[in-house]
Amino acid sequence: MEHNGTDSPATGGGHRPRSLFDRLWDAHVVTTLGGGEDLVAIDRIFLHERTGSAALRLLANKGCGVADPSRIFAVTDHIVDTHVGRTGTIVPGGDIFLSATREETRAAGIRLFDVDDPDQGIVHVISPELAIVLPGATLVCPDSHTSSQGALGALAWGIGSTEAAHAMATGTLRKKRPLSMRVTFSGRRAPGVTAKDMALALIARHGAGGGSGYAVEFAGDAVSALDLEGRLTLCNMAAEFSAVTAFIAPDDLVFDYLKGRRFAPSGGDWSRAVAAWRQLQSDDGATFDQEIHIDAASIEPMVSWGTSPQSSTGIGGAVPDQAHSGLDDAGYARALSYMGLEPGQPLAGLKIDAAFIGSCTNSRLADLRRAAAIVAGRRIAPGLKALVVPGSSAVRRAAEAEGLDRIFTDAGFEWRMSGCSLCFYAGGEGFAPGSRVISSTNRNFEGRQGPGIRTHIASPEVVAASALAGAIADPRTINTGEA
Amino acid sequence: MSTAFPPVPQVTGIAAPLLLDNVDTDAIIPSREIRGVTKTGLADGLFAGWRYVAPGSRDPDPAFILNDPAYAHATILLGGSNFGCGSSREHAVWALHEYGFRAVIAPSFAPIFRGNCIVNGIIPVALAPETIAALASAPQPVTVDLATLSVTSGSLEASFTLDNEERLMLSEGLDPIDLTLRKGADIRAFQQADAVARPWIYLKGAA
Repeated sequence: MEHNGTDSPATGGGHRPRSLFDRLWDAHVVTTLGGGEDLVAIDRIFLHERTGSAALRLLANKGCGVADPSRIFAVTDHIVDTHVGRTGTIVPGGDIFLSATREETRAAGIRLFDVDDPDQGIVHVISPELAIVLPGATLVCPDSHTSSQGALGALAWGIGSTEAAHAMATGTLRKKRPLSMRVTFSGRRAPGVTAKDMALALIARHGAGGGSGYAVEFAGDAVSALDLEGRLTLCNMAAEFSAVTAFIAPDDLVFDYLKGRRFAPSGGDWSRAVAAWRQLQSDDGATFDQEIHIDAASIEPMVSWGTSPQSSTGIGGAVPDQAHSGLDDAGYARALSYMGLEPGQPLAGLKIDAAFIGSCTNSRLADLRRAAAIVAGRRIAPGLKALVVPGSSAVRRAAEAEGLDRIFTDAGFEWRMSGCSLCFYAGGEGFAPGSRVISSTNRNFEGRQGPGIRTHIASPEVVAASALAGAIADPRTINTGEA
Repeated sequence: MSTAFPPVPQVTGIAAPLLLDNVDTDAIIPSREIRGVTKTGLADGLFAGWRYVAPGSRDPDPAFILNDPAYAHATILLGGSNFGCGSSREHAVWALHEYGFRAVIAPSFAPIFRGNCIVNGIIPVALAPETIAALASAPQPVTVDLATLSVTSGSLEASFTLDNEERLMLSEGLDPIDLTLRKGADIRAFQQADAVARPWIYLKGAA
């Protein structure tokens, strides 16, 4: 058995160079199972009401207990109302998800961050805030965007409800070791280019299935230069690359962020933990099953034109012709028909009906600050529905302490309570039928934000600039008073 | 040991083609169609956005493949690459299973969806697009066999791969929780050593 901290990177000894992924995976192998799988120790399990409730019920129906409730956490985020003064959900029939989550977490002794908890928020926003996810830890959640949390140097991935029940019952998962990939972003991002644009550029160039089967390490100076929020955004979007998971070698930025947070190691454990976490990097000479290199300077602010995140282009671009679309004839025709677009149509200037800033991708304090800098002192286009949904109650409080809420509301945005909100349509609140929406979320699938809703995903900056213009707009055209 | 689902050692049935790439789990089961915390009550919501003439309606759209009488009793679904991408919602697999599908044949699968298939009795079969196109050419019976890891239809025969454990799970309907609980001694030994090396991972008695 091998643990973090028992080996050192790049020692130059006779050992085979190891990747960060090798270190994360090997430290959690309980035993090797027949049939190509490992039994992998799971350090943290996070549940939300939409899929976690089903996992808890599966376990209860099996008559199976929870192995260690102290390492399981739950939150209500997916279908909670985000209007100020909320009490629960406004999704018709949604109460069962809240009540089942409450009943089953109480019965199992699992900590729940419920709708009125000061620590409530989107699971992938509050987990780092509370230091529930830690470098070197394995964390699973029945939610595809769990890869977000790899931004702190964790091995965090999304699973189904059945696997979540397995993890709760046994403290492990049976899992085949994924292939490894390193995606290196080198060079400097141009001003106005964000982690969201890096992710969309990767997916546009290599396909929505490009990461399928791979655990992806994001590396390179353009990744190290990202703030923690940006790293979370980048790893979040690995779900749209169909990667098994994604992660970034943790550094002082991560350690400083975590220190003193609610579930972080304390006392003597803290320095021991940091010493172990410093080993979590890929050795020089480590090998990967696939490597991708991207020049960060080649990336523009991105916006999607189709119904998959891979159908994205630079904001100065246009709807590609079929030959350059990455889609077959049928898929291309279907995407353009759904989106109401023509080949060659420029994206900038396309009129929008709504603008949404939120989701586990782009709802953290840094995201809101950057969007606020664009809208400050300006007004959104008349008749536009525009809302900002902070990723967590803590983000909301911090933003209000800086006055960001006033900047948004003065500009005409609604300022909401935290939750997943209109990232997807669950049958409650939705956009007006036929709306074209610019959205800082992760998915532009058909019907994702409601039947017939046309979603364009982009960075919070693009969403903010577009809200002002009432049409898809390049944020670099707006003078924010910054260099 | 209980079975987690009806075992699927072999499936024979009509294969319905839905040959779009990147069919996502929002398309397979829209969030608005998920109304309960169990595996059931989802079949009517399967592909709801494509299957019915209007949102919320249950009037079949004749243009959708599953509404074609020739495919009414399909038990195998033919898909495009990266099938099942997007949300982790296991409801997508539960809806397919409740509707009657026991195998999905596609060039590739998104990882969470594929894992969800294995633990619910749907065989994920990866085949080359040309082979899938041949299977899709007419509404014809197709057999997927786990013992031989083969797909046959008329004179067409193709092989696919699954890990041994995946094959065992599907063909016997095993519940992996039961299998893993047999490894309790290994798990306890790991955790005891790990709690010394990484005490901060273990939170009993913490805040």
